[in-house]
Amino acid sequence: MAHLRSPTYDLEDVVAVNDVYSQRGWTDGLPILPPTEEAVHACLNAAGLAPGAVVGVESVRQRPITAEKVAINAVMAGCLPAYMPVVAAIIKAMCQPEFNLHGSTASTGGSAQFIVVNGPVRRSIGLNATHNVLGNSNRANASIGRAIRLMLINVLGCVPGQLDRSTLGHPGKFTFCIAEDEEDTPWTPLAQQRGIPAGASAVTVMAGESPHQTMNEWTRDPEEIVETFAAEMRHNMLTYSIWAGNYAVLIPKQLRDLIAAAGWQKHDIQEYVYRSARVVRRDWATVGKKKIVNMGKGADQRFSALRSADDLLVVAAGGPAGGFGAIVPPWLGSRSQAVTQLIETRKPGNPIEEQKEEGYDTACS
Amino acid sequence: MTLRVLDPTFDSIHTTEEVVPRLPSLSGRTVGLLDNSKLNVDTLLDHVEELLRSQHGVSTVIRLHKPDASRPAPDDVIEGFTACDAVISAVGD
Repeated sequence: MAHLRSPTYDLEDVVAVNDVYSQRGWTDGLPILPPTEEAVHACLNAAGLAPGAVVGVESVRQRPITAEKVAINAVMAGCLPAYMPVVAAIIKAMCQPEFNLHGSTASTGGSAQFIVVNGPVRRSIGLNATHNVLGNSNRANASIGRAIRLMLINVLGCVPGQLDRSTLGHPGKFTFCIAEDEEDTPWTPLAQQRGIPAGASAVTVMAGESPHQTMNEWTRDPEEIVETFAAEMRHNMLTYSIWAGNYAVLIPKQLRDLIAAAGWQKHDIQEYVYRSARVVRRDWATVGKKKIVNMGKGADQRFSALRSADDLLVVAAGGPAGGFGAIVPPWLGSRSQAVTQLIETRKPGNPIEEQKEEGYDTACS
Repeated sequence: MTLRVLDPTFDSIHTTEEVVPRLPSLSGRTVGLLDNSKLNVDTLLDHVEELLRSQHGVSTVIRLHKPDASRPAPDDVIEGFTACDAVISAVGD
């Protein structure tokens, strides 16, 4: 068994662990599970990762995120070992340059990592894609998103008031992880739209602001249904941020059945929203921002919520009843872009790769 | 039964990079000021430059501009500070 390098503490019981860890600022404020050596090894083994394997590097401060630290934080968050490959894939995605990890986690804009899981892993670990999908649901959704937050706090120093300069933040900073309801829609799963082969599991991660809920149960016309989502995006462009980038739209079953019955695929939704989610600079006068109407290229200057139709992440998720939906706006336009990452699962019997961080002791104990 | 638990933080197994010694004085030195393109940062840095010159005897101030507050400074901007004895990376929020 590969050697763990982190310092250890001998504490009386689970209450003492929580007292010490919360006093040292190592939690999100909620109780944690004790990260014992046994539990951490179980996570590492489930993902086929050596403790010193570098899962990703935060590029601005050149800070390596090792599998050992990811596993410790995942155990604290409540993750079961089988969740570890998902957590590792999310961190890999966040360390891609286009995600802009440092900027999006330090900013006053206060985003959270909105995570959508696709593929067979959803069912094998029991991720929720239906009732209350954006709220409390089950262990996998709650603890996978929370593992990312604890890693950000403890490994990258994203402590509120220190590196995390969020003015407000939002509740998704506790956890913000959903699965797509692939079984109950004829639409192509998000990960496949973004280049992952059918049958593989993947995560898509974006720096998201808080979700805005919408409702329209007075029509069966797909254009009218999708127009409500586009309208909420226009509103966000005026009241929050004008810059174009990845927006996610969550479409629960009642509305997506109506849209699909009209023959629309995700591509048709993306194209419609791309054309409709646009504002002109003069619209700012309607939301208390008349001072900036005549700046830039003047009152007729046009802005689009999306750089192209592909910027829209269409996700089939939510409970079966109700004409509700939601948009998840981007933190700051395209300054952080959504990243889709394959989840690498360890095949039984394969040895753990000894990927070494320089100077890191991975000798077996 | 005692629980043996692991430290979750980065610093526990990584030594931080060595920090250069503090300058004993700014007198006669060259100081860089990085404008991060935030609103009002120019006003803030004008004032900082004035204080550096009048109260600390700084002889030369090099002011460079980072095009995007949300992204790291490009290499050419960082290289532009090579002649500096110290650099202030400012936030004008």
